[in-house]
Amino acid sequence: MDRIVIIGAGQGGLQAAISLRQEGYDGALTLIGGEAGLPYQRPPLSKAYLKSGDAGALRLRPETFYDKNAVELVTETWVDRIDRAGRVVHAGDRSFAYDHLILATGTRNLRPPIAGTDRCLDLRTLADAVKLRAVLDSPKRCAVIGGGFIGLEFAAVARGLGHDVTVAEAAPRLMARVVSPEISAYFKDLHDGLGTVLHLGDPAAEVTDAGMVLKSGAEVAADVVLMAAGVVPNAELAAEAGLGVNNGVVVNDRLLTADANISALGDCAVFPDPTTGRPVRLESVQAATDHARLIAKRLIKGEDLPYAAVPWFWSDQADAKLQIAGLAAPEDATHRRADGAIFRFAGDRLSAVETVNNARTHMQARKALAAPDVSRDALAAVDYDFAALA
Amino acid sequence: MVNVTYIAADGTTTTVEGELFSNVMQTALDNDVAGIVGECGGSMMCATCHCYVDEAWQGKTGARNDGEDDMLDCAADEVKPTSRLSCQITLTPDLDGLVVHLPEAQY
Repeated sequence: MDRIVIIGAGQGGLQAAISLRQEGYDGALTLIGGEAGLPYQRPPLSKAYLKSGDAGALRLRPETFYDKNAVELVTETWVDRIDRAGRVVHAGDRSFAYDHLILATGTRNLRPPIAGTDRCLDLRTLADAVKLRAVLDSPKRCAVIGGGFIGLEFAAVARGLGHDVTVAEAAPRLMARVVSPEISAYFKDLHDGLGTVLHLGDPAAEVTDAGMVLKSGAEVAADVVLMAAGVVPNAELAAEAGLGVNNGVVVNDRLLTADANISALGDCAVFPDPTTGRPVRLESVQAATDHARLIAKRLIKGEDLPYAAVPWFWSDQADAKLQIAGLAAPEDATHRRADGAIFRFAGDRLSAVETVNNARTHMQARKALAAPDVSRDALAAVDYDFAALA
Repeated sequence: MVNVTYIAADGTTTTVEGELFSNVMQTALDNDVAGIVGECGGSMMCATCHCYVDEAWQGKTGARNDGEDDMLDCAADEVKPTSRLSCQITLTPDLDGLVVHLPEAQY
């Protein structure tokens, strides 16, 4: 293998380049990104960066890394087409031949089909965050469309900076897609306490010059409207190349598409959940980097192992550090431990643990979930104390 | 600037200049020192920037921060009394010349 091309220079794409070199790959390596500048971390954009404005702290690797490791970084370049038969990627008047191609195209912000969304700001790229910070340089009334991680992280920071904040969420509770009703309730109290106005079960129906209008008819006056209603995977390139796409680029448990010369990773990839076999697409640093490492080991070391990492997620909102280990389905049962830690169960199997400001339990849960299935009975017998599990 | 020396598990020694009030993890990444991952970017959400502070420097780097113990519990390699998350060691002027040892594995 002499030529590997990675499309997407986010954290997952860069990790693939890092891991390929660490595994000993010495062929040509090209990393193509749509944004300007060096690859950077996205998670702090809605947290520390909004407060500090320190873009340098986001940089994943210094410029010297790319020379030193012979990684050809191609920035501000959008790939138009993948020619699978010819094994060439076309981008404008440039083309990049590959022996293996890694799709790390990530996601983009979802625009719900309502009027006036062109008035909204986004919070996904560094350019978005720069724009948003500039707007927040004087007291503003902020409206947020979407009560998920990004919308709520933004809300917490904006309140902390003294802005007025109103959040409209379509679902009846916050972060409904990813956490239990108990954790949703905890964060509702937190944001209420911060003075953020929450509209639950009442999605934005229109964005206007005056702010936003909700489905109920309620009008929210705002100077700034942030769109944080989730994302869509960038899977069009794969679809147009005839690869399987179903809410993302479909890969097998080796993270390989139906084309043996093309892998996919991170936010854009739909892969079989190691525990249930269900197709899942995860939006997390953990999945992106663990995927990248597995692909590098397979390509360079020939290690033919299924992807089996335990998923984990985090969100910082004011002084609450939310951590999730594992992956629960919406219908999974819930047990609340006395200290507030939430245990999720799929039937008798522990599927996830959700904690707030409880790193110990989070890390214990990650270890426990990496081992063979932990049963509800076994946990109940020890009062849900991982340390006491036999 | 604050000089930091990283000694990898295989003995490879790298000395780099860190920026004042940066941290030991960020300095390693900025200078492309292998053996530190720093997956969560210093948010104390992972344990992939584990290091062992050289015993001669333990007094100056001080004790572990709140929550660091819990994360270290899940470090991939052996946790010793000298173990720290390198993202939590701020490069103050008195740490000029700091020596840290790196574990074999971070995940």
